[in-house]
Amino acid sequence: MSELQTHAAEIAAQFSDHTDVDADEIEQRLDQLVSEYKVPVDEARRSVTNNLLDEADMDREELGRGGSEEVLVDEIDQDEQWVDVTVNVVDLWEPRSDSISQVGLVGDASGRTKFVAFETSELDELAEGASYKLTNVVTDEYQGDFSIKLNRTTTITELDEEVEVGDSTTTVDGALVDVQSGSGLIKRCPEDGCTRVLQNGRCSEHGEVDGEFDLRIKAVLDDGQEVHDVIFNREATEELTGIELEDAKQQAKDALDTSVVADGIRTDILGRYYRVTGPTLGRYVLANEFERLESPTDTAAIRATAGVDQ
Amino acid sequence: MSTDQSVPTREVAQRVFAAEFNDASYTFKESDDDRAPVYALLPTGEQANRVFFVGTLTETDDVGDDNEYWQGRIVDPTGTFFVYAGQYQPEAASTLRELEPPAYVAVVGKPRTYETDDGSITVSVRPESITTVDAATRDRWVAETAERTLDRIDAFDDEANEYARMAREEYGEDLSAHRETVVEALDSLDDDSGGALDDTTEPSDDKPQA
Repeated sequence: MSELQTHAAEIAAQFSDHTDVDADEIEQRLDQLVSEYKVPVDEARRSVTNNLLDEADMDREELGRGGSEEVLVDEIDQDEQWVDVTVNVVDLWEPRSDSISQVGLVGDASGRTKFVAFETSELDELAEGASYKLTNVVTDEYQGDFSIKLNRTTTITELDEEVEVGDSTTTVDGALVDVQSGSGLIKRCPEDGCTRVLQNGRCSEHGEVDGEFDLRIKAVLDDGQEVHDVIFNREATEELTGIELEDAKQQAKDALDTSVVADGIRTDILGRYYRVTGPTLGRYVLANEFERLESPTDTAAIRATAGVDQ
Repeated sequence: MSTDQSVPTREVAQRVFAAEFNDASYTFKESDDDRAPVYALLPTGEQANRVFFVGTLTETDDVGDDNEYWQGRIVDPTGTFFVYAGQYQPEAASTLRELEPPAYVAVVGKPRTYETDDGSITVSVRPESITTVDAATRDRWVAETAERTLDRIDAFDDEANEYARMAREEYGEDLSAHRETVVEALDSLDDDSGGALDDTTEPSDDKPQA
């Protein structure tokens, strides 16, 4: 297929849901612009597309982006791609802005991803636990994390059978080389659905609030080749350290300082080896399961791989 | 190494035996920026901005004049690491003050070099943390460090290994001594006669396990 034929086929695909266009005719129009009038291909493509939109009396927004292909959420690795996904709504969150109608997590067999729908798109609402085919959604990227945005052209088709959400868990192991600030006894914002961690009694969203105590550990596992950020929630922290939330509160009360809790945790876990398994959220692995690694790796195997004899 | 990612990545903690670490006297920066991290160049061809090691703390000493400045000697199967902690490493300093040697300790820290009056360069560690651990953790570290060191030796002849190229220039290309240290370290694990605390059967720690 020549370059122009490829472009023509793509344009035809974009219009195929809306009007009856012929790829050959599009190719002729492109060829005229490119060969006769020496217009660059990109510009020619733009011009032909706009003409077709005019002729069909359509808005650009209504146009499929052609390349809109069915993907698994785990395959999304580029910004601003038009894709179709078949997903289950795992979780709906409270929108933090009036312009957002819905925000939450959707998932398929490959894992989960965040989705956002905007008020202006005037879409039907998604229901938690229901499964949908979403066509024409746009991928988005923020600090290396990908999400999808629904838009006015997105079609939502509810499915009868449930899409199974795969578990995008990973397992990491290594020496626990750092317990980061924000670990130990912390306070969270009590506002509905907020749970932000307070800094000096203040929530970044709700200002000064009467926080609720919680326990967590943000730690770094390092195997000498890679580093992984891991988070132990309250339950995991209690299991890891043997310190219950009530003990931690008492410790802080006795010392008139919450930092004693984190100090004690550091003493208990820094420098030991752990294996942690759980879902990934951004750059963090959430420690759903963990174990302490206490025996050395097989020294005979190390000798063998290195060709060093006993 | 880490390319143009938007989130700055934390430096990995290299696994290196004391014998090799103490030879890593050449340091460099990757950029001219004053605040750019300083790396020690390991003789087996890797850069180290952070190290993690586990060994036996055999001696602590306050070598400061006016202020406390704690020196710790930490022994692995191949040699001795020297760590120094003063007022800017208050937690590590207080750990060294309070610990009774001998004890197994795990250290996360930054390599530092110091030129003595006679012009020789000594390599030491400025600790970020020092914690007491058990014999199992120490044995695991020895095995892991043997493996990582052998990985570095294997990668030493790779064309694309720029740190190996630097190491060859700074320290020479004969790695047999480092290979031997690895074998000795593995031997010490296998016949279980190495560490000072080997006769103490460690209780499997009182922390709950997962």
